Amino acid sequence: MKAIKHLFGIAGLSREQIEYLVNMGESFIEVNRRAIKKAPTLRGKTIINLFFENSTRTRTSFELAGKRLSADVINISASTSATTKGETLLDTGQTLAAMQPHVLVIRHSLAGTCEFLAEHLPNTALVNAGDGAHEHPTQILTDLLTLKQAWGSPEGKIITIVGDIAHSRVARSHLLAAQKLGYTMRVVAPKTLLPAQIERYGCKVYHDFDAALPGSDAVYMLRIQSERLTDSCAFPSIREYHEAYGLNAKRLRAAGPDCIVMHPGPMNRGMEIATDVADSVKSHILNQVEHGVAVRMAVLTALCGGMQEEKSTDSGLPLSDDKAQGSLI
Amino acid sequence: MSGTLLIKNGHIIDPANSIDSVADLWISDGRVAGIGSYEGKPDQVIDATGKVVCPGLIDMHVHLREPGQEWKEDIESGSRAAVAGGVTSMCCMPNTGPHIDHAGIALQIVARARQVNLCNVHPIGAVTKNLDGKELTEMRELSRAGCVAFSDDGLPIWHAGVMRKALEYSASFGFLVIQHAEEQTLTKGGAVNEGWISTQLGVSGMPAVGEDSMIARDIMLTKLADARYHVAHISTAGAVELVRQARKQGLKVTTEAAPHHFALTEEEVLGYNVDAKMSPPLRTEADRLAVIEGLSDGTIEVIATDHAPHHDDDKRCGLSCAAFGIVGLETMLPVSLELVRSGALTMSDLIAKMTCNPARLLGLASGTLSTGAEADITIFDPDATWIVDREAMVSKGKNTPWHGKQMTGQVSHTVKAGRIVFAEGVVCG
Repeated sequence: MKAIKHLFGIAGLSREQIEYLVNMGESFIEVNRRAIKKAPTLRGKTIINLFFENSTRTRTSFELAGKRLSADVINISASTSATTKGETLLDTGQTLAAMQPHVLVIRHSLAGTCEFLAEHLPNTALVNAGDGAHEHPTQILTDLLTLKQAWGSPEGKIITIVGDIAHSRVARSHLLAAQKLGYTMRVVAPKTLLPAQIERYGCKVYHDFDAALPGSDAVYMLRIQSERLTDSCAFPSIREYHEAYGLNAKRLRAAGPDCIVMHPGPMNRGMEIATDVADSVKSHILNQVEHGVAVRMAVLTALCGGMQEEKSTDSGLPLSDDKAQGSLI
Repeated sequence: MSGTLLIKNGHIIDPANSIDSVADLWISDGRVAGIGSYEGKPDQVIDATGKVVCPGLIDMHVHLREPGQEWKEDIESGSRAAVAGGVTSMCCMPNTGPHIDHAGIALQIVARARQVNLCNVHPIGAVTKNLDGKELTEMRELSRAGCVAFSDDGLPIWHAGVMRKALEYSASFGFLVIQHAEEQTLTKGGAVNEGWISTQLGVSGMPAVGEDSMIARDIMLTKLADARYHVAHISTAGAVELVRQARKQGLKVTTEAAPHHFALTEEEVLGYNVDAKMSPPLRTEADRLAVIEGLSDGTIEVIATDHAPHHDDDKRCGLSCAAFGIVGLETMLPVSLELVRSGALTMSDLIAKMTCNPARLLGLASGTLSTGAEADITIFDPDATWIVDREAMVSKGKNTPWHGKQMTGQVSHTVKAGRIVFAEGVVCG
């Protein structure tokens, strides 16, 4: 398998690389459940989380992932960064890179942020923590780990994703992963929330949520941003959106008894998802959050070269000799 | 210059006079003195054997950035880039700072261009004051100051009522209105063509209908006003068809195509290539072929570059934030020659779209090799190959999508009013 230098998106990963990261993430779930949640895998590594957009779960998840692997982790958010003084994204990136971190984790509203910075930062591994409406690869790896735990494999399954597809990096990354891993995506939204030619991802497009439900193995709800209402006339009211595209218990029943519920968070209860569904036993939403930390530990490990792929174990947890001991703490 | 300059044994192509033959061309006192077989003692000789000799090219759509943004380009650097590309007359758009919306700025630009003395610079006056789409400029005054047409380029004249008045007023005096056709309520926030590419990149798109819908409206207003209307940088199949139908109806509707719109497609922006970002954006292969078809059948009479130099700082900030536009003066001819190699146009038809056609639209005296005409002449080798190097561009703007690409066709000499201003890679003066 080719080593992973950066993580820009699912687009740049092979099926083998995706499975490698998911498997490694699975092996880290146990570390996160220990009384003492610390492994020395990334001791001496520096990770900077550079977040230009608000984030609670993704930033916390990356921070915990780094810290539990003993890396030195710095968090920078846009409100405290030099960008408020007019420094460009490029200058901020180059300045931080000059401090020689091993990994720069970046979230930015600009699609292609990592691709852009990588041209100018040759010596720093970059992780995309969400770039505009482009990609959010660690979320999808998180979801794939959740699906692996639930089903063993997503291959042949049907995932129905509902909501603001047009502005969703999660949707795009999932559509790419589905092609690589052999699961089917059904995409549900009004035309106002769909990007051009979405069907070219090989998905089936529905405007009628109820028509998409039967046969779905998972329903994946996307957060609906209320600013879309005023900014772009994408839908007339929250009330009407919930009625047409909200997931409630009745709809979930229509999907079948084994259908699970997912959401990348944060949720708008009563908008895209009803509380009884969000809190039901079929909801894997909190599992996604838990697996997010484990998968990000895997991503950081892979990018730091802390584990050598040649020495992969059956569990998918590849340990080099010097690291193997430490990780058993 | 005084004395005689002989351009010997070149393939002379002058569409204005239907000349297409190998001959000598000689120049005396800055004017074309004859075409045929020269017998005499010239003061200076250019051997044009194997090369094409044609009227100096006219680019009716450039942004020279002066006054106001001289770090991107100025009249001198733009003039040098022009003659390096074989262009001896160009029209500069009014989105400068201050705008070309009053005679003083137009006069200043014309005076500065005369001082630089490399290339004719004809300003395009603004249609509305401050380019804000509300009040008409003093078009007659601007015309007297040297403006050859009117446009709010960079921005559309979006308001239908204002556009109607602009067309009616300009029609009263025979002026040409050039529209940057973009319905901005449809393109807002867009960086590239709307379609599969924009979806994959996760950036907002500019749909083709944003261009088409405004042209459709404008054609109806042009009919109502019995005006002269010119579509800048046409880029979609729908727009080409709209213009074709309008011309069939006998309306005074014309259009131009930029080389990037018939040479490249939206695929260029994959990988977030900021040097392939311009407005209108690169479109689909079907659109590209429709533009070529429009050039072939005469719907599109003019090739113009929309030369839009930017500083690296305005481009190196990611695709969605990067400024719109690419430089074009120095690659206009070789990129366009592909139309001849592919059989879409004859050499003579191609040259017409860069010489006598724009001259006719704008009322310029240039674009011809008629005896007695000011001797603006471009000599190029249609088969010579060279590699585009952004750092070697004469323009201050290095924002070209052709960096590292091979070009076929190279300007060897540019002659302005009988004076050699560019020779074998060097701008003279």
